[in-house]
Amino acid sequence: MSAIAARFREVRAPGAAGGPLAGRLLATGAVLFAILLPFGFDSGSGFIEDCTVALFYVVMALGLNIVVGFAGLLDLGYVAFFAFGAYTMGWFGSGWFNSADIHIGVAEQAARLPGIHLNWLLILPLAALIAAFMGALLGFPTLRLRGDYIAIVTLAFGEIVHTTAVNSDEGVFGIGSFNLTNGRAGITPVDKIDLPLVERFTSLELRPWYWTALGLALFVLFVNVRLRDSRLGRAWVAIREDEVAAISMGVPTVRVKLLAYALGAALGGMAGTFYSSFVNTVNADQFEFSFSIFVLAMIILGGLGSIWGVVLGAIALTFINNRLIPDVLNDVPSKVGLDFDLTELGFGIFGFLLVIMMVLRPQGLIPESRHKAELAAAVEEGELATEAHA
Amino acid sequence: MESASVTARPSRARADVIREFISKYGLFAVLLLLPVAYGIQDLRDDGDLSRLATNMKDGLSNGAIWALIAVGYTLVYGIIELINFAHGDLFMLGSFVAFSLMGTVGLTTSTGGIALFFGLLLILLISMMACGALNTMIERVGYRPLRSAPKLAPLITAVGFSFILQNVGLLWLGGSHHGVPDLIESQHRLFTIVGVPFTNGDILALAVTAPLVFVLVNFINFSRIGRAMRATAQDPQAARLMGISVDTTISFTFLLGGLMAGAAGLIYALYQTDVWFFAGFTAGLIAFTAAVMGGIGNLMGAVIGGLIIGIIQQISDNRIGTEWTPAIVFAYLVLIMVFRPQGILGEQTREAG
Repeated sequence: MSAIAARFREVRAPGAAGGPLAGRLLATGAVLFAILLPFGFDSGSGFIEDCTVALFYVVMALGLNIVVGFAGLLDLGYVAFFAFGAYTMGWFGSGWFNSADIHIGVAEQAARLPGIHLNWLLILPLAALIAAFMGALLGFPTLRLRGDYIAIVTLAFGEIVHTTAVNSDEGVFGIGSFNLTNGRAGITPVDKIDLPLVERFTSLELRPWYWTALGLALFVLFVNVRLRDSRLGRAWVAIREDEVAAISMGVPTVRVKLLAYALGAALGGMAGTFYSSFVNTVNADQFEFSFSIFVLAMIILGGLGSIWGVVLGAIALTFINNRLIPDVLNDVPSKVGLDFDLTELGFGIFGFLLVIMMVLRPQGLIPESRHKAELAAAVEEGELATEAHA
Repeated sequence: MESASVTARPSRARADVIREFISKYGLFAVLLLLPVAYGIQDLRDDGDLSRLATNMKDGLSNGAIWALIAVGYTLVYGIIELINFAHGDLFMLGSFVAFSLMGTVGLTTSTGGIALFFGLLLILLISMMACGALNTMIERVGYRPLRSAPKLAPLITAVGFSFILQNVGLLWLGGSHHGVPDLIESQHRLFTIVGVPFTNGDILALAVTAPLVFVLVNFINFSRIGRAMRATAQDPQAARLMGISVDTTISFTFLLGGLMAGAAGLIYALYQTDVWFFAGFTAGLIAFTAAVMGGIGNLMGAVIGGLIIGIIQQISDNRIGTEWTPAIVFAYLVLIMVFRPQGILGEQTREAG
């Protein structure tokens, strides 16, 4: 007994809020570095743009991490919540419904245009609410299911949303002729983020965008850390590790699972509003299955359930996708005498990455402390663990 | 089972009866929705059901292809409880192999009778073997090392392989659709029964699928290795103790699934006269829906599920619009999960229980 208790103490320590001083210093240093980073680069540079996109992915990945990493529910349709967020921004922050004339909290330029224009700060919670509701809705049919069935239902859900987004430019499911999403052409332009007390955002000055994304990412990071150390977070881990045991310990699995879906979805929706404003368009091609896999690959690479691992995974994969593959590695195939375009194969490379990570280092680059303890225990108990799963 | 506490507050007995009723007949009611709705519409419009019957016949031919793919899912799931995500893309590569071989073997639209038959038979065998070998290899590299890992791990590898195979297809024939020469004149009308025309394509789908499924079912039920497969599916540990080589048996299961996917690839290429690197993704999901609908792990269930999904898909293609078909099929998948996760023929499994 005492050995087990000691192990639990050991496991809790690094995760607890008042962690060791070194960890806190490191985190503070990383945040300071992130805040000061744009001063080293030109405000319109591609590097700052990539960093902003990376921060957007950090938010997405941390949201997915709640569902997949903490609660262990493999969600392959996460792109749907990105879509809900993006369309919330597209509908309530652009001239799309041009017969309406609603303006709340927007400055000169947008205030004169027709359509519904809400301030981003209003759209953000709205999108979070809508996405959370849809997340709970998606969660509902999967409550009775476990494991890979959940993966398929969520994937189907994501594909339904994608198909609807692509085809809803003339009626929904063949009913009516209303143009809801404008399909692949997309809703554009989308209002720029309009924060009080600061200058207006433009597409040339990227620093404000970067700091907004950083603020969002830090908020989500904070939410993630607090959730992980909360009663709810422990309940998630409990159902991830052993659902039957969790139920018998009195964990209300229905509520806990639905909360995981809803919270993960809310973060995805929030990220969606930011991104659509940043790229100035909401079009159906953004919401493909491969996006879900891209985000999944980030948290696999970083380490399932490990918050800092996920942050690292998101940043690393964004730069691999946006920088390394198109700029650095793209002429490699022609150098070795092969004739193909490496950028086309981006997702083949990520697929390869998934396989390699799973086979060689399933715990990820920065493993979650609980996982680490488990793997150590698995080595101790060796045969026992193998038998239980075979 | 957790949902009991949500629904069953007012009167336990009545709620139980309703739930039992829904889980028994809900799925069938949902399945009948589309055909019945359009049947009534047709009857009201012109009193003629032959359009609906034609839809259903086309659906069955399409469904034969989904059935062959679904068998691969269900075999693998039955034995190691893994959704082999890469299976749809394996099927896509099968159609690519068949398409490329047509040129190699020298079949053209003017090749006649016997030469065409033997040419296609050769192509069928090669594409089946190619897919079987590839599937076995994927199992060896991607799934076997993870046999004792948590269940999410092999599933994620499977997703990874799905993308890898897709990109192999992309490298092989590029990103555009390729027209397949219409070797068998698939739209040529052979005969008509009560206003429903039967074409060469329909006969081909039937002529390949029926014998393959027949052989497969008998093989699994009566051969020695088939018995080993069923034993492993029931309890790998006990099977090992009985002297069954579990790893070989699992490899063999992947081989069988791959063979079926290869056959489906050829029929698809001939029937749809179009191959595309992304076709496997949707096909895989549709076939998986079919496997779940029939009851995953159950061979005949997969076949029946495939045929039903084929009909739903065809009705949706013809009446609602091709672009909406994926959404409709996936909506059905979600509905099955809600009403009857064990499928039509399936029993309660550990997963779906």
